[in-house]
Amino acid sequence: MDLKNLTIKKARLALDKKEFSALDLASAYLTEIKNKNEKLNAYLEVYDDVLAQAKRADEMMARGDSYPLLGIPLAIKDNILVEGRKTTSASKILGNYFASYNATAILKLKKQGAVFLGRTNMDEFALGSSTENSAYGVTKNPYDPSRVPGGTSGGSAASVGADMALGALGSDTGGSIRLPASFCGVYGLKPTYGGVSRYGLAAAASSFDVIGPIAKTLEDAEIIFNAIKGKDELDSTSISQNNKTETEKGKVVGIPWDLIEADGINPEIKKNFKEVVEKLKTRGYKIKDIKLPNCLALYYIVNFAEVSSNLSRFDGVRYGAHISANDVLGEYFASRGEGLGKESRRRILLGAYVLSAGYYDAYYGKAQAARTVLRRDFKKIFGEVDLVLTPTSPVPPWRPGEKADPLSVYLADIFTVTANIVGLPSLSMPSGFMEVEGVKLPLGIQFMAPHLSEDLLLRVGKEYEA
Amino acid sequence: MDIKDVENLAELARIELDEEEKKSLLHDMESILGYVKQINEVKIEDVEAEYQVYNVWREDELEKDRDFSLELILQQFPESQDGFLKVKKIL
Repeated sequence: MDLKNLTIKKARLALDKKEFSALDLASAYLTEIKNKNEKLNAYLEVYDDVLAQAKRADEMMARGDSYPLLGIPLAIKDNILVEGRKTTSASKILGNYFASYNATAILKLKKQGAVFLGRTNMDEFALGSSTENSAYGVTKNPYDPSRVPGGTSGGSAASVGADMALGALGSDTGGSIRLPASFCGVYGLKPTYGGVSRYGLAAAASSFDVIGPIAKTLEDAEIIFNAIKGKDELDSTSISQNNKTETEKGKVVGIPWDLIEADGINPEIKKNFKEVVEKLKTRGYKIKDIKLPNCLALYYIVNFAEVSSNLSRFDGVRYGAHISANDVLGEYFASRGEGLGKESRRRILLGAYVLSAGYYDAYYGKAQAARTVLRRDFKKIFGEVDLVLTPTSPVPPWRPGEKADPLSVYLADIFTVTANIVGLPSLSMPSGFMEVEGVKLPLGIQFMAPHLSEDLLLRVGKEYEA
Repeated sequence: MDIKDVENLAELARIELDEEEKKSLLHDMESILGYVKQINEVKIEDVEAEYQVYNVWREDELEKDRDFSLELILQQFPESQDGFLKVKKIL
C-alpha cells in the first residue's frame, strides 16, 4: 500500500470501492509504526485493539453504513480522553491514569467508526513548543531526526508527517497544532475558540485551548474538522457554526510587515514568506500592510495564570501518582513535586506570582485589559482585510537541548499566540523548504480569519495551492 | 525576587522543591518576568478588561450516550474503603 501518497479522501474512495479493507489499511499503518516509532517516538502507546476496531469498521461498511471517517486510522494526542485508555498528558503525575469517559471529539469520531491507532507524545500538559518537555522523551522530526518536531502536538504532527497515521487530533493553546504542523510539513487547523468542544481535553489554559485536526491535505483537515466541530452541552464555551455571519469575499490579505521584518526572524523564512506573498498576488489577492503588536508578554501572563490554576487539580488524592506522607498536605507536596515536570512547576510558580495580590494589577489585570484592546484592534483589522498572513514560526526546527533557556523557546510562538488570545481560527500550511546543513526542513505559513471563518481559511488555502 | 519568594510561591502551589531547583527557578523566573514586564508599555488608555463571563445552565443529567465508568474512577483511588475514597486525617 502506498501510504506516502494516501490521503483520507483517497482511502475513503478505496474503502468504498473495496480495493482494500479497513483491516488491510490498519495493518499497513501498524507495520509502518513498528518500523518507525522506535526512532521517532511519535506514539507513547499503540493501542492493542487496532485490528479489532478495524474489523468493526469493516462490519459497519458491510452493513451499509457510510461516514467520511469510517475505517480511517487516526492518531490521538495524549491529552484527549479515550474511555478505558491510559491518557497521561505526557506527565508522570498521570502515568497510571485511565480515562473514565470519552472526550466529545472522541465520541464523535467513534460514532463515525474511525480507528484509533494510539496516543501521541506531547509537551507535558501542552506546555512547550517542541515536545522536549514530555516526561517520556522527545519526539523526533521525520524530516531530520536530529531535530524537534515542534510542539506541543509534536507526536501527532510527526505521526502524520511520517505516514504513521492518516490524520490526527491535536490541541492548540498558543500554536500547539500549527507550529508542529509547519515543522513536520503537514496541515494544522486551529478552530475558532469553542468551535470544537473541550469536554475531555486536559486543560492547559482554558481561555485559549481548542482541539483541532492535523492532516496531509486541506481536504483531509476539513473532513476531520467537520466530524468534531459543534456546540456541546458539556462545554459551556462551545459554539455552533450556525452562529456565523456571511462569508466575506476573502481577497484582501493583511500582513504585519513590522513584525515579520524584525530581527530574530530567520532570513530564509522571510525570503520564503515573500515568495508566498508574490504567489498570492498572482492568484488575484490584494496585499495590505497592517500593524500587529508582539503579543507574547500578554499571552504568557494569561497562560501562566490559567495553567497554575488548572494544574492545581493534580494532587495525587483521587487518581494519578500518589506519594504517601504523614498528612494530606505532605502528600500534596510530595506527589506534585515528584509528578509534575520542570516546565509545569515553572509555570505554576509564575502563575502564582502574576496572580498574587501585590502583582495582580501589574501583570494579570494589565494583560486582560490588553486582551480587550487586541480584540477591538482585530475588529478594525477585519473591517479592512479578510485574512491575516504570517509565517507560522520565526525559526526552523531546532535540535533538542539547543534552546536551554525557557524564554528562547517561548519566542518561537510569536506568530501563533495572537489567534488564541482573540479566539480566531487559524490554519498552518506548508510553504516550501529551507536547507540547513544539507537537510531540507519544511516551512509553513499561517492564515488567521474572523471568528467561525474556517471555511474561508480552507478555501483560500486551496486557491493558493491550485 | 529572591529565594524566599520562590519558596513562598512553591509553598502556595504545594510543590516540593530541592535547593538546586529553587536556584534555577529563581534565575528562570527573573528572566521570564523581566520579559513579560513589557506588558506595562502597552497603551490601554481607559479600556477596562472585558471578561466574557456569563452563566450557562443545563439539567444535571447525562445525555444517553454520555456514559462514564464509575468502576474506572473507583479503581484509581490510591486508597479506598467500601467504595469511598480514603484520605489521611485532615482535622
